[in-house]
Amino acid sequence: MVIRERFGLNKPLYTQYFRFVKGLFDGSLVSMKYEVSVMGLIQKRLKNTAILAVVALCVAIVLGVSAGILSALYRYTAVDYIATFFALIGVSMPSFWMAIIFILLFSVTLGWLPSNGMGSWRHVVMPSLVLGLGSAGIIARMTRSSMMTVLKQDYITTAHSKGLPERTVIYKHALRNAMIPTVTVVGLQVGYLLTGAVLTESVFAWPGVGRLLVDAILGRDYPVVQATLLIIALVFVVANLFVDLLYALLDPRIRYD
Amino acid sequence: MTSPGDSLAGGESRWSGSQVKAVWRRLIRSKTALLGFVIVVIYILLAVFGPFLVRHDPFLQNLSLSYSPPSSTHFFGCDEYGRDIFSRILHGARVSLYIQVGAVALSLAIGLILGALGGYFGGILDEVLMRVIDILLAFPGMLLSLAIVAILGPSLNNLIIATGINSIPGFARITRGSVISVRENDYVTAARTIGETHFSIILRYVLPNAISPIIVQTTMRMATVLLTAAGLGFLGLGVQPPSPEWGTMLSAARVYLRSAPFVAIFPGVAIMIVVLGFNFLGDGLQDALNPRLKG
Repeated sequence: MVIRERFGLNKPLYTQYFRFVKGLFDGSLVSMKYEVSVMGLIQKRLKNTAILAVVALCVAIVLGVSAGILSALYRYTAVDYIATFFALIGVSMPSFWMAIIFILLFSVTLGWLPSNGMGSWRHVVMPSLVLGLGSAGIIARMTRSSMMTVLKQDYITTAHSKGLPERTVIYKHALRNAMIPTVTVVGLQVGYLLTGAVLTESVFAWPGVGRLLVDAILGRDYPVVQATLLIIALVFVVANLFVDLLYALLDPRIRYD
Repeated sequence: MTSPGDSLAGGESRWSGSQVKAVWRRLIRSKTALLGFVIVVIYILLAVFGPFLVRHDPFLQNLSLSYSPPSSTHFFGCDEYGRDIFSRILHGARVSLYIQVGAVALSLAIGLILGALGGYFGGILDEVLMRVIDILLAFPGMLLSLAIVAILGPSLNNLIIATGINSIPGFARITRGSVISVRENDYVTAARTIGETHFSIILRYVLPNAISPIIVQTTMRMATVLLTAAGLGFLGLGVQPPSPEWGTMLSAARVYLRSAPFVAIFPGVAIMIVVLGFNFLGDGLQDALNPRLKG
């Protein structure tokens, strides 16, 4: 009875909704389990997720883009097949299973890395690799196909026939044009990193928003569930907007009036 | 019965037997597509008939066999309650296929209707439908499923609803785009001129010609739904134990990783192979259905 009144669960739904929205802004939204401000809770966890996501995104971009370029440059050779094979594994392997395999390999068997928690840089390695590898696969596939399309264009032939060095042709003429579809995919990956974080954080006991969300769902801590979902959706939408703006920077033909 | 439109509107006869054969020939020309097709067929056969083939009851506990490693009687070993993992994986295939078919059918039905209506009629209806879809798209990946499970509670049918709703935006958008691209064709105008109803035009002329990307999406989505369902199962929010869903099995195996690592290997391999199969098949279908796109 007391909880029903404290959290306004005895009020009609629309009153509860306004209470929720108001609570988001003035910090009066309180976790049912921890009895502290939900926003404070999320703020602390969001930083941890951000660390994980940024490192993972770097892993994904570096591995994905370089694998994609190598595949396109040495297409239909062993390099291409190996890169494509790993990209496929990255896309098809469930992240939580990859996490288990990594723990088996690097923590249980080799004892190199801690299997869970947060603290030193060694704690970041496995979660960010697991999180990043799936996205790396998608980025590699996109970079490969877009690079291959670009390399067939007339202006690449022109650049070659002008006698420009191979490096200049690839990095200045081809790569910049091939990057536009890749940027889209990278932008979309921000969202998938946030969702992937839900699984990865749970396996590695990483104290981020993803784990907060799962714990809140399992513990029926509804204010936390609502607020966390809203924040993740917000970050996702803002990331997408950012990607749209980045297009204009990469391709001057695209303008937003 | 033939209608006057049959002779006028040529768009209707797209899916004749010879065309299906041509798509099939293009599909099996790609080795990966063929591999994907074989994996998917085996998976479906195992899901349907597998449980009749196994020697052990997947639910039968025998604590004296706990964590017994793979052997000739228990091919994949036994789990923490001494249950045969091989039988559980085969039963798990049935659970997974049930979820996949349920969720994809649900989202296909709703997405197809929303996308076809929006794409065909355009205007205000299209605007309203697409904004609703945009709202669903604000939640990335499996987050929407997670939110729905949080509201409905974890169970097999709620999992189908959750992964199904999550798949609607994809189907709606692809159907809409495809419908818009065939809407202006002469055979649609012809059908309209001879007074066919909108319903009949959409069903007989527009959708059959707009179906290729939808078939590809259906195949790809089977993979995504499996991954999402397994992910939710892994978090304890999907199919509940003792039901042998692969993600749920992995979740239990994680606890005993140090003492019995093999328990965590097989369900993961199963998920990966099936996901790979559907992705290969989807890629192959994409090339086979749109031969002009292949560079």
